[in-house]
Amino acid sequence: MKIKVKFFASLKELAQTDSMDVELPSKVLTMGDLRFYLAGLSPALGLALAPGKNIKVAQDLEMVPMDASIIENAEIAFFPPVTGG
Amino acid sequence: MKIAIQTEDFDVSTELILLRKDLPSIGGINIFVGTVRDTHQGDDVHAMELEHYPGMTEKSLKDILEQAQKRWEILNATIIHRVGKLMPMDQIVFVAVATPHRGDAYAACEFIMDYLKTSAPFWKKEFTPQGERWVDARTSDDERLKKWQA
Repeated sequence: MKIKVKFFASLKELAQTDSMDVELPSKVLTMGDLRFYLAGLSPALGLALAPGKNIKVAQDLEMVPMDASIIENAEIAFFPPVTGG
Repeated sequence: MKIAIQTEDFDVSTELILLRKDLPSIGGINIFVGTVRDTHQGDDVHAMELEHYPGMTEKSLKDILEQAQKRWEILNATIIHRVGKLMPMDQIVFVAVATPHRGDAYAACEFIMDYLKTSAPFWKKEFTPQGERWVDARTSDDERLKKWQA
């Protein structure tokens, strides 16, 4: 399954990238799986997505819970809790 | 209804004229304007940078406005949020809600701001004499949502 991953704010800085195209192994099915999988790809991604950090995730421009299923060709974004307004 | 994400400043009087145009049934308008403070957590803030998620930001503000329209009789509304580099005293956000009666205007404006603060993808970075830092989300913002979920 192919997806596009985006990072914002502090996560973008830690990950040292703002987006990446990823071909997922078949065992990666949920947002939580994806977070764990990406964290293992590089030390920078490991820092950005470290376990225990409060991280939000959006799929195709809508916030979803970490147990949401990944959709083929989705745009999935990881970011810290929002601080606008 | 108007939703705008922009780097440039906005003029409250101009926005009010646009909001009211051709709507004689409006009886009240409630406005919230958010501005950049010069201190945060005891430190001087000499600038701020606002990042957002283009596409999702507009969608989330539209969703928030639609939720508000289901709850209250909203005749017109404007949401403007600035992004990019901002200085203390600058205006950041403008929310105005026009309704037939004032009660709905107060409530809907507060509702929109409460959801904007917790679900619209904006992030603030502060520049202080100690360096730059990302602003942490406040749990009190999440607490405020409970008021609307009861």
